[in-house]
Amino acid sequence: MTVHADYRLSQLDELEAESIHIFREVAAEFEKPVLMFSGGKDSIVMMRLAEKAFFPAKIPFPVLQVDTGYDFPEVLSCRDSWVSRLGVRLVVASVEDAIASGVVVDDGKTSRNRLQIGTLLNAIEEGGFTALFGGGRRDEEKARAKERVYSHRDEFGQWDPKMQRPELWSLYNGRIHAGEHMRIFPLSNWTELDIWHYLGQEEVEIPGIYFSHQRRVFERDGMLLTESEHNPMRGDETAQERTVRFRTVGDLTLTGCVESGADTIPAIIDEISIARLTERGATRGDDRFSEAAMEDRKREGYF
Amino acid sequence: MPAPSMDLLRFATAGSVDDGKSTLIGRLLLDSKAIFEDQLEAVEATSLSRGYDYTDLALLTDGLRSEREQGITIDVAYRYFATPNRKFIIADTPGHVQYTRNMVTGASTADLGLVLVDARQGLTEQSRRHAVILSLLRVPHLVLCVNKMDLVDYSQERFDEIHKEFTSFATKLVIPDLTIVPISALKGDNVVTRSAHMDWYDGPSLLHHLENIHVASDRDLVDTRFPVQYVIRPKSDQYHDYRGYAGRVAGGILKPGDDVLVLPSGMTSKISEIDLFGQDLAEAFPPMSVTVRLEDDVDVSRGDMICRPQNAPSPSQDIDAMVCWMATTPLQPRQKLAIKHTTRMARALVKDVQYRLDVNSLHRDLETKELGLNEIGRVQLRTTIPLLCDPYEKNRTTGSFILLDEATGVTVGAGMINSSS
Repeated sequence: MTVHADYRLSQLDELEAESIHIFREVAAEFEKPVLMFSGGKDSIVMMRLAEKAFFPAKIPFPVLQVDTGYDFPEVLSCRDSWVSRLGVRLVVASVEDAIASGVVVDDGKTSRNRLQIGTLLNAIEEGGFTALFGGGRRDEEKARAKERVYSHRDEFGQWDPKMQRPELWSLYNGRIHAGEHMRIFPLSNWTELDIWHYLGQEEVEIPGIYFSHQRRVFERDGMLLTESEHNPMRGDETAQERTVRFRTVGDLTLTGCVESGADTIPAIIDEISIARLTERGATRGDDRFSEAAMEDRKREGYF
Repeated sequence: MPAPSMDLLRFATAGSVDDGKSTLIGRLLLDSKAIFEDQLEAVEATSLSRGYDYTDLALLTDGLRSEREQGITIDVAYRYFATPNRKFIIADTPGHVQYTRNMVTGASTADLGLVLVDARQGLTEQSRRHAVILSLLRVPHLVLCVNKMDLVDYSQERFDEIHKEFTSFATKLVIPDLTIVPISALKGDNVVTRSAHMDWYDGPSLLHHLENIHVASDRDLVDTRFPVQYVIRPKSDQYHDYRGYAGRVAGGILKPGDDVLVLPSGMTSKISEIDLFGQDLAEAFPPMSVTVRLEDDVDVSRGDMICRPQNAPSPSQDIDAMVCWMATTPLQPRQKLAIKHTTRMARALVKDVQYRLDVNSLHRDLETKELGLNEIGRVQLRTTIPLLCDPYEKNRTTGSFILLDEATGVTVGAGMINSSS
């Protein structure tokens, strides 16, 4: 903790204090919270903050992962290592299982990203969860920039941007009716750079694919996608080995990587300090379809 | 790897497209490289498809489909940028009277308020309203940007007129620190660097001012206030007897060894340790989130307040406050609401609506006994349990509350406690 002589906190310490306050508030006011934990960098920061908020007690809620079946193995193994170190209960909501049981329909055209929505809403219902911590940040995307820290979802899991509750000071309103739930975004005020500075400061384990490595990739829609049995190449697409890293980790059929030699956190920070594209715009096929792609998915119940 | 030691400034802006607010914010974001190429390209493409002959930077912040369709900002948008020494969070809100609640929301967490006026028009109802709201919300620093100076030939005389008009208006408000900067957001004069066109102005550029203004001292470092959020009891073998009170410091500086008073029980003890994640802290101050442990096994739970025996908030069930009403059905006497104050929930009965404040003229309307959507007035409440409160002017955390509709659960009001409570 950086304490200045005149009782100033560094901005990162202030963000940490704000996020810890949110975690504790939710744990105190909600019956069944759950933390959405993908094993990606934002959710690792969330785990770290939750660990700090309740130390030396264990995190008083389980973690939930939506498994698309197309997740990077490196990310899943990092997830498992965090879960076992902290001794929290892991709930996996599997898209494959949801398809098998008819909860969602795989028509071959809908992306796994979109099928996650029904899978997630089903898992919320089954678990009876009333509050879901998500790692969304307001700097990520325009629709997120206007979303509250406590974001209300109706009994269909829908977000209504026009009916958002005013959110003042640090007084959060957690009132919900039966069947509704709240999405909670403790990282609302963090930026991509803050996340990396924090990961660097805390020296915690993150998936290796964030760092520069050799990978067989092919180009599609201006993005570099990983060669995988889940993502057959089309037409004249050809794979070749390149030196790459991932800026975000999601469904591997939609998440592109960037050519990069950044193999340490300081090198990553240097790289994104001069980056000219947002992390989602650069490497997320799911956000590219329309100007309001994220808003539309959020309305339906996406993270 | 240590993170940079930059600090944080939260500021609120309000206004419409006309006064150049979006252009100003767009410029701050562009010049500090907080806008990426794909974002700018998207905005350029949309501007072009709408037939504009300029890039409408408002499209950067108008994030919702309905906002873009209607071409207006309807909600608070949060934007982020940083310079080497400071990170900035902008709460950007629409300025029209029907969005007063959004302005109040944006101002509630702000260290600084930015009011824009068009140099050709001078003060408008909207700029006055915004200054009034910033004053009511006790935002400690206010910057008035006299924009579009290029359109009045960078005239010192025009600037002085507006300067005088605003400072005389400001005498009716509570503005501890006021700075007035002549700028042209479009041309970049005095935004990031000092303008070559206004050598008569010897103050800082806007960004220089934002970067250097001292905000840590705005927090109350004297009156110890620690609202208990959560009790940590691990019940593990290693921490069998551990009992910690988790919360965020709302005022004062807490140190191990301090004598403390716990409200509402009135019991006293001493702080034995203050910790965060296993690290013992020598002191804790706002806005730190920590865990406080006491020497004695006193009964403390969520909603209680740890303070000092000689310096404690006054528990009161009769609350006198300025309330901003945020629901379509009006606030009326005899209404029952839920109230959240620090970490306490209670119920509240509206005893009286004393007056309604006209946020344009500061006139007090004593006739109307209700508050409509976006109206602000002085209200008396009676609560089911005592609130451990301070006047809002002394402490923005222990002096504020929100009101909830008991049936819908929606936030319907925001209150700032007066010193007479």
